[in-house]
Amino acid sequence: MTTRDFIQDRIDSLENRDVLLEIQNLKTYYPVKGGFFKRTVGNVKAVDDVSFTIRKGETLGLVGESGCGKSTTGRTILRLLKPTDGKILFEGKDITKLSGSKLQRARRDFQMVFQDPYASLNPTQMVGDIIAEPILNYEKRNKKELEKEIKALLTRVGLPESAYYKYAHEFSGGQRQRIGIARALALHPKLIVADEPVSALDVSVQSQVLNLLKELQIEFDLTYLFIAHDLSVVKHMSDRIGVMYLGSLVEVASNKDLYREPLHPYTQALISAIPEPNTAIRKERIVLQGDVPSPQNPPSGCPFHTRCPMAMDVCSKEKPPLKEVRPGHHVACVLY
Amino acid sequence: MSVTQASKKQTPLLQVKNLQTGFKIDGDYYNAVEGVSFDVDRKQIVGVVGESGCGKSVMSLSIMQLLPQGIGKIRGGEIAFEGADIAGLSDKKMNQIRGKDISMIFQEPMTSLNPVFTIGYQIEEVILNHEKLSKKEARKRSVSLLESVGIPRAKQIADEYPHQLSGGMRQRVMIAMAIACQPKLLIADEPTTALDVTVQAQILDLLKGVQEANDMAIIMITHDLGVVAEICDEVIVMYAGKIVERSTVDELFNHPKHPYTKLLMKAIPKMDEDVEKLATIEGLVPSIINMPEIGCRFANRCPKAMPECLSVTPQLGETAPGHEAACLLYDESWPENEKHHKEGVGLA
Repeated sequence: MTTRDFIQDRIDSLENRDVLLEIQNLKTYYPVKGGFFKRTVGNVKAVDDVSFTIRKGETLGLVGESGCGKSTTGRTILRLLKPTDGKILFEGKDITKLSGSKLQRARRDFQMVFQDPYASLNPTQMVGDIIAEPILNYEKRNKKELEKEIKALLTRVGLPESAYYKYAHEFSGGQRQRIGIARALALHPKLIVADEPVSALDVSVQSQVLNLLKELQIEFDLTYLFIAHDLSVVKHMSDRIGVMYLGSLVEVASNKDLYREPLHPYTQALISAIPEPNTAIRKERIVLQGDVPSPQNPPSGCPFHTRCPMAMDVCSKEKPPLKEVRPGHHVACVLY
Repeated sequence: MSVTQASKKQTPLLQVKNLQTGFKIDGDYYNAVEGVSFDVDRKQIVGVVGESGCGKSVMSLSIMQLLPQGIGKIRGGEIAFEGADIAGLSDKKMNQIRGKDISMIFQEPMTSLNPVFTIGYQIEEVILNHEKLSKKEARKRSVSLLESVGIPRAKQIADEYPHQLSGGMRQRVMIAMAIACQPKLLIADEPTTALDVTVQAQILDLLKGVQEANDMAIIMITHDLGVVAEICDEVIVMYAGKIVERSTVDELFNHPKHPYTKLLMKAIPKMDEDVEKLATIEGLVPSIINMPEIGCRFANRCPKAMPECLSVTPQLGETAPGHEAACLLYDESWPENEKHHKEGVGLA
C-alpha cells in the first residue's frame, strides 16, 4: 500500500468515527487592566468565536502566526484557561462550566505536551516521579508495579529504563520532549493537545519526535490537537488543518485540500511564504504587507482585510462566517 | 545568480583558511571550529547550514572578532578580507572594519538594539563613527536608510524607541543599520528565525533587494534549508565544527552527497510530499570535549559508516564541478571505495 493509499484509507475510516471533541463558538478574552483602580478597560480577544470538531483517532492541526490564538485555544480546551463564552463538549459532555473535583476527574482524559522541554519538567524531581505524578493524582498504586509500568512507558518512548532515576538536566532537548510525552501518556488519555512540541528542536531530532507521536497515536488510539506555526510540520502530522488568524478560524480543510487548493487569501499567502528546501520549485510568492494587527484592537469586519490583497469594501464591514464551500472544506471569506 | 568564471579569478572578497576557533573549558581550549576553509566572492550569497552546536555561529563571530573575551579565541588559520589578513588585527583597527566593510545582523533584533536610545540615534552612531558627516546630514541619511528598508513614516520612527516596533520592523532597523556604510560583506546570523513566516518572506525579499542595490556579499547563517534554497548562491553544510559539504545551491538540493546532508533533507517534512515516516539521525553530536581526533565526526551516527571511517579523516574533495564533500565514499584515492559502491551500501 502506498503512502497515498494509506492516507486516503485513513481519511475514509475517520469520517465514520464518533466526535470526541466539539467546540462551539469558543471565546477567550484576556482583560486589559488600566487606570487608577485597575479596572478592566478592554479585552484582548485571543480567541474570538471559534468552532470545530475532532473525531476519535484524528489529528487536527492548528496553524497560524504568533498571536493568532492557537495556543490559547489549546489551553482553553484543556480548561487551563476559563473560556469567556462558548461551549466545549468532550464526548458529548459539556466541560465548559466544570470546576473543582469534577474538572479534575474530567481532565484525566486530556493531557498536554508543551513546547519548551526545558521549562516544563521539574528540575528537582526524578524523571520517574515526574511521570508518576499524574497517575498518583488519580489512583493509589503499588510502588513496585508503578515503577515497572513507568519503565515500560519510558522504553516505549525510546528512553532507557535507567532514565527513571535521572533528572531532567541530564537529557538533551529531544530526550526531554520524550519524557514530556511519556508524562502525557501516563494516564492513557483520549486527547492530547501538543502545543508546538517540536519547535525548540533541531530538524534531525524533530523528525524523531514526530515519528514517535505518529506511532503512539495508532498504538494508544490517541486523538491529537496539534498546534504549530510550521505549516509543513502541521501538514505532515494532521488529517485536517485549521488556519487561524487574529483569534478566528479562517479555513478548515483536509490536509490534502488545504495544500492543493487553499481558498482563503491568508492561507494562500501563508503557504506561498514558506521557503521550500528545493530549488526546483521557485514558486511565485505572495508577500503580505505589514504586520498582524493588535488583537486588543482588531480591525472591523474580516480580521484579515487590512493585509488582504483581494480586500473589497464589504470586507471591512462584516465578519464573514466560516462556511462549508466544498465537501469538508470550510472557509470564512466573502469571495466564496 | 551564479558565480561567473571571471569573478572566480579575482581575489575573493573573503578568504577563510584552515580556521580554528577554540573555547576555554576548565583551563583547556577545545576547538568549536576545526579547520574550516572557504571563500566568499563579491556579491555572492553564501549559506552556512547546520544544527545547533555545529560551529556556524562561532565561525561568523570569529570573522567579526566578536568572540567572548577570555573564553573564545582564534587558535589558528587565516581570515583574509580583500587579500589582507584580519585575524590578527588590533581592536582599534578592527573597529574601523566592523560596521564599515563587514557588518552583521543577529537573530534577536530586540537584544541587539539599545532600548534607551532612539532608532535614529543608533543608526547615526554607526554613520558618524565611520564617516565625516554633520549630525544633520547623518540624520538625513538614517531616515533615507529607514525608507530604503521599507519602514513607513521613517521620519517619525527615527524618533521612536525599539520597543515601539514589531519584530519584523526591528529586523528592518537592524538591516538599515548594517547597510548604513555600504559594507561589502554582511553576515546574517539566523536573521529570520525569530520571525513569523509571512514576515520572514518580507525580510528575505528585503535582504535580496539590498544585496543587489549595494553590490554586497552575504554570509547567511541558518538552520533552515528552505531559507538557503530561497536566497543563496552557494551552500556550506557544517557538522561538529567542520565543513562536510560545499556546493552551489542547485547542485546541493538536486544531488546531495554527504550522508549527513542527505539525512537532513529527508528529515524535514515537505509541503509537496506525503511520507508516513521521516528520516531520523540516531545518536548525538559528539561533545566538544570528546571530539574524536581522527576519523569522520559523523561516523557514529552515519548509516553508511565503514570501519575505516573511524580511522581515516575524510578531506573535502571535489565530487562534481563546484561540489565538494568530505566523505570517504567520494574519495577517489580511497581504494576500498569501488568495492563499497558495488556492494551498494545505501541509505535505507
